[in-house]
Amino acid sequence: MARMMIKRWFWAWDFEEEEVWLNEMAYQGWALDKVGFCKYYFKSYEPGEYVVRLQMLENNPAMAESQEYIAFVEDTGAEYIGSVARWVYFRKKAADGRFELFSDISSMMNQLRRIINLALFCMVLNLLLGINALQYSPFGILNLALAVILAYGGYRLLLKKKRLEKKRILRE
Amino acid sequence: MDDNVVLTEAVYYILLTLLKPRHGYGIMQMTEELSGGRVRLAAGTLYGALNSLCRKGWIEALPEDYRSRKKEYRITADGFEILQRELARLRQLVENGERILGGLEDGENDD
Repeated sequence: MARMMIKRWFWAWDFEEEEVWLNEMAYQGWALDKVGFCKYYFKSYEPGEYVVRLQMLENNPAMAESQEYIAFVEDTGAEYIGSVARWVYFRKKAADGRFELFSDISSMMNQLRRIINLALFCMVLNLLLGINALQYSPFGILNLALAVILAYGGYRLLLKKKRLEKKRILRE
Repeated sequence: MDDNVVLTEAVYYILLTLLKPRHGYGIMQMTEELSGGRVRLAAGTLYGALNSLCRKGWIEALPEDYRSRKKEYRITADGFEILQRELARLRQLVENGERILGGLEDGENDD
C-alpha cells in the first residue's frame, strides 16, 4: 500500500481549512493514517473511502477524560488516528454513514471558545516574553511578532464565533 | 427543578431514547431512526450533552459492564418528569399552531 508524508503548517485558527485539505486528500485516495508535528502521513485507499475530522480537546489527549472521549467516538464507528498537542484526528469510512463531530451550534461554539482562549493565552505570553527579552537582546522582537500574528488569529476566531452566535439566535 | 425548560431537539431525543438503557452509538442510531433521518447527533455533541445531562441528574450512567467498555445510560425520575413537561409544552405549540393556521385555511376556503 502506497504511503506518503507531507509537511505542512496550519495555524490553530485555520482548523477548518486543515480539515478541508485532509478531506480533499482522502477524496483523491490519500487517507490520513498518522499525524506528527507539522507532518501528515497518508496511506492510499479507494478515493473517497474515508472522511476525516479533527478537533481540539479540553485536556491533553493522554488524560483519562480525553481517553474516555476518544473511546466514545471510536465506539460510534470512527477510527482514532492520533494527536498533536491537544488536537485529535479521526477518520471514518464514508460507507459507514455520515461523520461529524459536532451537530449543534453550542458545541461548535465551545470548540471555538477553547481555541480562542489558547490563542489569547499564547498571545499574552509572547507579548510579556517579548517585552522582557527586548531588555537583553533584539530577538525579543520575534516574540512580539508572534504575539501580533496570534492577535490576528484570535480576531479571526472571534469573527467566526460572532457569525455562529447570529445563526444561533434563529436556530436554537 | 426549573419550571420553564425548553429542550433542544438533541436533548429531547436523548431523553426519549434513554427510556431504555443505551450506549452512545445506540442513542445516535435510535434518534436517526425515530426522526426519519432528520436529526443526526454527532459524536462530540452527544458526548457533551450526555455529560451535562448526567450532571443535571436527568440521566445516569449505569455501572460499567466488565465485558464491554461501552458505557450505558438511562433516564432518571427527574429526567422523566422533564420529558413529560416538554411533551405538554410541545402539544400546546402544536395545538396553537393548528388552531390558528387551521382557522386561516378555513377562512380561505370560504372565499
